[in-house]
Amino acid sequence: MTETLHIDWTLCDGRGLCTELLPELLGRDEWGYPVARTSPAAERSDVPVPVALLAAARDAVALCPRQALRLDRC
Amino acid sequence: MDAAQLDAALWAFGRGTGVVALVALTLSVVLGIVTRSGRPLPGVPRFSITLLHRNLSLLACVFLVIHIVSLFFDSFAQLTPLDVVVPFFGDFLPFWQGLGTVAVDLLIAVMVTALLRNRIGLRAFRTVHWLAYATWPIALAHGIGNGTDGTSAWFLWVSALSVLLVLGAVGWRLSTRFVEFSGARTASPTGSQREVQPR
Repeated sequence: MTETLHIDWTLCDGRGLCTELLPELLGRDEWGYPVARTSPAAERSDVPVPVALLAAARDAVALCPRQALRLDRC
Repeated sequence: MDAAQLDAALWAFGRGTGVVALVALTLSVVLGIVTRSGRPLPGVPRFSITLLHRNLSLLACVFLVIHIVSLFFDSFAQLTPLDVVVPFFGDFLPFWQGLGTVAVDLLIAVMVTALLRNRIGLRAFRTVHWLAYATWPIALAHGIGNGTDGTSAWFLWVSALSVLLVLGAVGWRLSTRFVEFSGARTASPTGSQREVQPR
């Protein structure tokens, strides 16, 4: 079972906490918003999270200052 | 230890913990503003600033509880359970003590909503969290007006430094370059600020 990190773009303000906690997964665009590093464009709002990064992803969800992140099972 | 010594010990404990709580609150307010900017500090990543902000606030609450409980048994303050939540009914300096009570009430609201942030939603959290800006100066005024050391030179220096720190942070908060990437975000081709992702 994989989990995906859902980014709600209506809430995201590009504060950068998730990109610090998940540097393997997320980079930042020129405005500071998170961009999935490896996923195809279709997955930039629902980024697959490898098992090794699940703990960091949960931290990112809990600490997002805009509550723009969610972990979905799929 | 006789009764007079215990009284003196509790009094010293009450004073000291009050000062520590105030200093922790000052640092928490400043770090809260840094958190909002989205910028890291040298050697301190963004998520660490958020956690420092939270933990300093929790530390302030712990010291505040000790501050209040120790003054329950103080022969001057003679706090009653009512004084902890209802302001301006104290026996000793009721106005200045009442400011402390107001600060406690505000802090309870701020802390409860902060701890429940991921359940109550962002809007309710943020609306209540603005009360922190009222809590801090009220707590400081309580310290200066009510504290045994409130008008002593060292405490006034600590207060002056705290005011400078918080005013500096608030001034920075109100400036146009406050938010990280504010330059890139306002310099879009249409000149309009990006609020929602257009991609």
